[in-house]
This record gives sequence, structure tokens and C-alpha cells, in this order.
Amino acid sequence: MYYLKLIWIFFRIGLLNEMAYRVNFYVQLLQSLLSLGTAIAGLAIVFSHTDTLGGWEAIDILALLGVFMFVGGVIGMVISPSMSQLMDDVRLGIFDYTLTKPCDAQFLASISQIRLWRIIDILLGAGVLIAALIYRGLDIGPREALAFAFVLCTGGSIIYSFWLMLATLTFWFLRIENILHIFQSMYEAGRWPIGIYPHWLRYILTFLVPVAFAITVPAEALSGRLTPDSLITSGLLCVFLVVISRWFWKRGLKNYSGASA
Amino acid sequence: MKYYTATYWAFFKTSLLEQFQYRAAMAIWMIGRILEPIIYLTVWTTVAQTRGGSVGSYSPADFAAYYIVLMLVNQFTFSWIMHTYDFRIRQGELSNFLLKPIHPIHADIAENIAYKVMTAVIIFPTAILLFFLFEPNLAFHIQTFAVFLLALGLAFIMRFFIEWTLALIAFWTTRNEAINQMYFTLGLFLSGRIAPIDLLPDAIQTLANALPFRWAVAFPVELMLGRLSQEQILNGFTMQALWLLAGFLLIQLTWRLGVKKYSAVGS
Repeated sequence: MYYLKLIWIFFRIGLLNEMAYRVNFYVQLLQSLLSLGTAIAGLAIVFSHTDTLGGWEAIDILALLGVFMFVGGVIGMVISPSMSQLMDDVRLGIFDYTLTKPCDAQFLASISQIRLWRIIDILLGAGVLIAALIYRGLDIGPREALAFAFVLCTGGSIIYSFWLMLATLTFWFLRIENILHIFQSMYEAGRWPIGIYPHWLRYILTFLVPVAFAITVPAEALSGRLTPDSLITSGLLCVFLVVISRWFWKRGLKNYSGASA
Repeated sequence: MKYYTATYWAFFKTSLLEQFQYRAAMAIWMIGRILEPIIYLTVWTTVAQTRGGSVGSYSPADFAAYYIVLMLVNQFTFSWIMHTYDFRIRQGELSNFLLKPIHPIHADIAENIAYKVMTAVIIFPTAILLFFLFEPNLAFHIQTFAVFLLALGLAFIMRFFIEWTLALIAFWTTRNEAINQMYFTLGLFLSGRIAPIDLLPDAIQTLANALPFRWAVAFPVELMLGRLSQEQILNGFTMQALWLLAGFLLIQLTWRLGVKKYSAVGS
């Protein structure tokens, strides 16, 4: 309850910050619509030459695109800005203030920055996803819906833990803000089903930069092609990464000595 | 002439030393430019296999050749000037450039070339690696290669002029992201990155023929692959020359108007 209240407070601070720059809302809206348009046009071009892509029909890839935008929006709204902020704070020594607060530092650091207008991506992503499902005649049962919700949550946690571990490196190496860009670049590959990529790239996108679990696997759940294997792997990897990243975070904290001390 | 070579050499050396400090960041920023052609190469190869071998006149091996060469051409012709200019103007950093007794575009060109020289260490091994991974259908003819180098050089200058002009819009608006993204989106389709131009719908092809994007990227690529007739090659060079001229004139105009508009922050 306490944590929910904190999230709500940070959300409101994010809103207040954004209200000072209202034009940003329109800029973000334009950019989001433009990238949605680009993605749909790209799909249209590819599917003007074929009916299926690696066994996926156009409408399934559209649903995948919805998941891609949705997860991308969540990352862009909370995870990416908060982790960048964390790295800045550690470098400048401001992180002291986070540590002195009577609350878990990992939690505080993870929601410290909220770029609210990125919610447009989340809404557009959800919209595209729902539109694709309606077009297919809402042919998903409670089992698929449940599996989808499950792998979306585990996939999200996997991504979060991955970012946290990258950002935690900042406790040892101060100037590595560019490392976050690795993820941003690799994320682009997620707009197509991971299965079409060559083995080496699939491996990278599954285990080194776990884009597959956040996008392809949830989309598979919706189109009924989720194998029990991926479901279990996603769950296990989620638990593993959450535990490991937490441990890594604690190690990092021990290494932190403040910038001016 | 001697003055220019000496100045360029000086700019080039300083940029090289400066950028060497950011080599790790530089390698990381290249991931996206390497990954994008691999993504579309995979997508089109998958489509070709689904259709039983080819899409239009492209087999998987042709796609491999197309996208590997495209990766190189895009790497050597791209610029990041549109992203740096609004910072330069907003922060008043441009004043330093205005004080120098030489047009600021020269420093930018030299910096860009220094970056390309430095990143060649990454992009060439990557291309060779992709060569073995994807087995492209690419024959090497010395004449074609020579003509390709000419087209690549023209494409570089042309693209640089156009992007520099667009960067100068920052004199009038302080927020360029929206314009940059529109330019980027157009480029994605019209320069042949999402798909080779022949595979695009007719209306988009017509647009691609008129605008500069195709001539900056897809044209040198298709030339290298030996997919163009003599007539098409001549046409391509004509379009490059026209856009180069247009870019040159636009720079003169916008720079003159823009500098008048500019008032450094804090002065």
C-alpha cells in the first residue's frame, strides 16, 4: 500500500513536470503516430509480397507490433529515464539523498523519473493490440488471455531486471551511460518475430538482450502458438533475473561511497 | 586550395583525436546501424523463402548483397548534423564557429570524415563477417567499383549538403526532433532501407525518384550490385548532380538568412 502510494506520488510529480512543457505532448503525439504509421507501412510493404512471414499472418504481426509499442512505452516512460537518472545521480553523488530516504533504494531509484507523455505509446500499443484481436474476431479464450498476462508480466520483469543490472554497473564504472543505448538499439529487432532471425541473432535477442521474452513470447501467447517450454522458461528466467539483479544491486550499493565523501 | 587542404587536415586531426576519446560510445552507437540492415535482410529472406525462392528479381543471396552494401553506403554517407545543430544554436555554441575565418561547414565535413575513418575499423570487419554468414551474390568488377566510388562520393557530399540545410532550420525553431523524425521516416522508405526500391508500390517509387534519398543510398548500392543499365546509371548521376546543386544553393540561402536571425544566448 505504501509502495502504491509512492508510485502515485511520483506519477503526479511526473505530470506536474510535464505540464510545464505542454508542447511536448503534441511533439510526442506526433512522434508516436509517425512511428506507428511507419511500422504499419513497413508491414504493408512486406505483406504486399507474401501472406505469411515465418508462419505469422499479417494480423498476428500487427498484434506483435502492439506489444512492441506497449512494452517500449513502459520502458520509455519509467525504466529508461529512471535508470539514466540513477547513473547521473551516482556520478554526481546525489544518490546519497535516495539512500537516506526511509524506503527501499532500488524501488525509489526505479521510479524516480516518469516521462508521462510516453503513455501515448502505451495507449497506442494497447489500441493496436486490441484492434488486431477484434479483427481476428476475439478468438482468444481465458487460457490464452491468462497466459498472455503471465508472460507479459514475466517478460516485463525480465527487461526491468536486465536494465537494472546494466545501470548497476555504474557503481563500479562511472561513465557508462551509453551502455543503456545497447538495449535501445537491440529492441528494434523485436518488432518482428524473433523466430525469423538467424540462430546467433536469436540467441543474442533471447538471452543476452532478452527482447524475445518481452515481445515475441507474449505475442505468441495471443496467437495460440505459445509452447509450454517458453512459458516455463519465461517464468524461470524472470525469477532468476529478479533475484540476481537484486543481489547485484546490493553488491553495487556496498561499492558506493558518494562522490564527495 | 593549399589553404583548404591545410585547414581540412587540421580539422581532421583534431576531430580524430577528440573522437578517439569516445571510442566505446561510438561502437555502441553503431549497433543500430548494423542491426537495421540485418533485420530487413532477414525479413526479406524469409519472404523469399516463403514464396519459394525470390521476391521480384531478388533471391536471398541478392538480398544479402543488397543489404551488406547498403549498410556500408549508409554508414559512409550518413551525418548526425541535424541532431547537433539545435544544441549548437540553443546553447550559443555556434558563436565559436562564427569567429573562425572559414565557413563552419568545413569543420563539420572534416569531423564527419574523421568519424568515418575511425569507424571503418568496425564496419569493414562487420561487413566481412556478414559476408560469411549470409553468403551474398556479389561479383567484383573493378570498373563497376570505380563508378561506385564516384557515386558514393557524390552521395556523401549531396546528403551532407541537404542534411546541413535541414539542420539550419534550428535557427527558426528550437525544437527539431519532429522535423528530424519526419526526415528519418521518409529516408527509411525512400532510400531503400525497408525494402529495395523496386519492391515498393509504384506511387512510392515515383516519389523516391524525385526526392534525394534514393540517390544518396539506394543508387550507389544498386550500382555496385550491377543491377542498373547504362541509362539508369547516367540518370542516377544526373539526379545526384541536380540535388548536389540544389543543396549547395539552399545552404547559401539558409545560412545567410539564419545567421542574421541568430543571437547568441547571453549576449
